[in-house]
Amino acid sequence: MRFLISLLGVLALAGTGVSGYAEEPAVLAASETPIAAEPLAIAVEESAPAEAEPAEDTSFAGSLSGLSIELTPEEAAAVNAYDASPESFTWDKNVAKEIIGKIKESANKDSFFTASNIWMMLATALVLIMHLGFSTLETGLCQSKNTVNILFKNVMIVCIGLLTYAICGFMTMYPGSNWIIPGWLAFGTGVGFDLGNPVDYLANMTSAYGYPYTVFTDFLFQGMFAATAATIISGAVAERIKLGPFLIFVTLYVGILYPIVGSWKWGGGWLADANFTDFAGSTLVHSVGGWGALVAILVLGPRNGKYGKDGQVRPVLPSNLPLATIGVFLLWLGWFGFNGGSVLSAQGGDVSYVLVTTSLAAAMGGFAAAMTSWVVTKKPDLSMALNGILAGLVGITASPDISSIMMSMFIGLSSGIIVYFAVLMFDKLKIDDPVGALSVHLVCGIWGTLAVAFTNGEWVVQITGIVAYGIACSAFALVTALIIKVICGGLRVSAEEEHEGLDIGEHGTPAYHFPEAAGH
Amino acid sequence: MKLIIAIIQPAKLEAVKEALNGVEVIRLTVSDVQGFGRQKGHTEVYRGHEYTVNLLRKVKLEIAVNETFVEPTVQAILGAARSADGGKVGDGKIFIMPLDDCVRIRTGERGSDAI
Repeated sequence: MRFLISLLGVLALAGTGVSGYAEEPAVLAASETPIAAEPLAIAVEESAPAEAEPAEDTSFAGSLSGLSIELTPEEAAAVNAYDASPESFTWDKNVAKEIIGKIKESANKDSFFTASNIWMMLATALVLIMHLGFSTLETGLCQSKNTVNILFKNVMIVCIGLLTYAICGFMTMYPGSNWIIPGWLAFGTGVGFDLGNPVDYLANMTSAYGYPYTVFTDFLFQGMFAATAATIISGAVAERIKLGPFLIFVTLYVGILYPIVGSWKWGGGWLADANFTDFAGSTLVHSVGGWGALVAILVLGPRNGKYGKDGQVRPVLPSNLPLATIGVFLLWLGWFGFNGGSVLSAQGGDVSYVLVTTSLAAAMGGFAAAMTSWVVTKKPDLSMALNGILAGLVGITASPDISSIMMSMFIGLSSGIIVYFAVLMFDKLKIDDPVGALSVHLVCGIWGTLAVAFTNGEWVVQITGIVAYGIACSAFALVTALIIKVICGGLRVSAEEEHEGLDIGEHGTPAYHFPEAAGH
Repeated sequence: MKLIIAIIQPAKLEAVKEALNGVEVIRLTVSDVQGFGRQKGHTEVYRGHEYTVNLLRKVKLEIAVNETFVEPTVQAILGAARSADGGKVGDGKIFIMPLDDCVRIRTGERGSDAI
């Protein structure tokens, strides 16, 4: 009951300008014009004479009248009966259907809600495209003998990430008021509600949800983000990790750790209270994935032959740079949804500004990394330019809404230079990262989160957040990786399998068949 | 009858084919091969690190000819496969070997007639 009241309270607030979304004139007009709801208003007075102002009315009847929804006497009676005793009330199916139909009609008239919901669903689709980008990027930068394995991991991660998000991720990450340890730990399951219940329908499928999109749009958008964090790990451990242990590791990482640490900020936890700023997840998504990747690499060790005995680096050459390039352009495209969708509405000014800062940072990052490689090794390196674009994107992700145009270019520039030297640094430390995932997602995720302070001056809070995520993620990753290593008897494939390729070893099939050789 | 085997730069294949056409050598087998000689290899750069490529891509031609065609064939290859400015290391080699016999599968012809 208390939960319902708080939900309906959100609706009342929406009419008074708290949510920001209430600037929409249509909503104000609706809440200021009680004329259309006259029959209902009378009924409300009969059942609850103690309640006075309709504007503060948090009953279901009041919510409906606030939306100028006209009810038949039969429906009004049902609504009033519900308000009188919400717990014991059972909806008549036909009446419930009629009322839901009227709520739908009302939502259809809310043009900002409709536009925002469409934009958010499109943004969700764009974030899905990022998984194709990761797949082709990783495939292109790795050896062709491991192609099936890389693609298989990327495919499974999207499937597992979305499923775990439906099972427990969504409600754990956005617990509302259902915390186990307030601000730090929550656990919830499921997604959705009873579609036949008009009260739940109003609370989840209209602007009463608190955002101008439905609970389902919210779930799918956030679910796609979750899978992104797991995908980052996949590229970093490519070409040597056993498939089974990897899948167990990412399932735990994305199913349990990601939503818990995500709730600290986006779920309204302690870092949200501390005013930590991370707009679309430089830390919450990219660094979280990056920390997991770092720990996994340290436990796993480098690919055989990557580092010589006297410390020299023997590059493992990419199989397909065109594929890697396609991947980076797909990721850039997907980032329009990743950052643009994180505006959480279709507010024209905000979304267009975020797309501009995002793209400028990407452009600057690619340019900076390319120029750095040109100066340092005398040859402009395509793979570095590609990493530079991603570095700029990850860097700006923490603050595309508040960074000035100049600042967004500075973040791109610095990220592009940082990513180049980070790649060299990790090689020097013999931390073997085939696709540069650590340099892009971990290092530039941290840098982007820190760089927010250039704009808002909150150095201490930003550093606190970065350190907190670093500790939590690496501790969780280390414990899970070691436990899995013991249970599964090692994380690595054998040296022979690594040499022959994981496509044959793990999957029994190569990515590319030559028909003549197979006798067809 | 001789078997002429020529290892040349891949980029010279078209020119060599044209030159061979010019001396009416119109049958040849071409394969992609890798190897190294005095040219040794070259350096490439990937992600900030230089590495040496020892095995270089070459093209191998196999041409079976009758005696009168040996010298024209060799001269055609020499002329077309040699780099400008007097040639350079890596342009390749030509091997000439005796050929015992030759059989055309379609007709069963043998010897010079089958070439």
